[in-house]
Amino acid sequence: MRILYFGWVRTNIGLGTEEISLPPHVENVEDLIEFLRDQGDGYRAAFENIKAIRVAVDQEMADMATPLNGSKEVALFPPMTGG
Amino acid sequence: MIRVQKEDFDAGQEIRGISAKNVEVGGVASFIGLVRGANEESQITAMTLEHYPGMTEKILFGLESEARTRWQLEDVLIIHRYGELTPGEQIVLVITASAHREDALQSCQFLIDRLKTGAPFWKKEDTPAGSHWVESKAEDDTASERWLK
Repeated sequence: MRILYFGWVRTNIGLGTEEISLPPHVENVEDLIEFLRDQGDGYRAAFENIKAIRVAVDQEMADMATPLNGSKEVALFPPMTGG
Repeated sequence: MIRVQKEDFDAGQEIRGISAKNVEVGGVASFIGLVRGANEESQITAMTLEHYPGMTEKILFGLESEARTRWQLEDVLIIHRYGELTPGEQIVLVITASAHREDALQSCQFLIDRLKTGAPFWKKEDTPAGSHWVESKAEDDTASERWLK
């Protein structure tokens, strides 16, 4: 699965995109974030406050309970600041 | 129409383009967002806009479609820039054209309010003390949410 990071999630982790083979217990977005949190200090810093994280699954806005089976792309990012 | 681009835009030219090709247009509303030279705390020397290619276009297109459903519009144009910008530079242009002013004005405000919190852009400000990611503002959420129905 392709994971994308934007804003301070990206700068904390130190990369914008990566391919990850998900372990079988990762079923939804929240599981994915729990899994990523253990991948290093940058990940821990990025996902310290889960309430500040927004998520898109296959480029559609999603939430922590959104299932990931069959999804190709998950993006994790801070609240958007366009305009 | 949606355009996500690095390049600057000419609002006058875009407005003339919209009004010239359709005599049903009785009014055109527009909004231009600019990079400010300072925020509440400090001077800003540059602003970098990051976005999510693919999803950005999808979201903006969805907002255009919603605006066309809610108001009677002859034309819609949203141009949003990304990359590094300096104070005074243009960030975003929203143009709505309708037979009637109310539809043009309301839909223009709807589009800018909604895209500020709903389109996947993130702003980073450079200041003399260093750079930081811009935090989302509660008042922007309120402005966006009032259009939900």
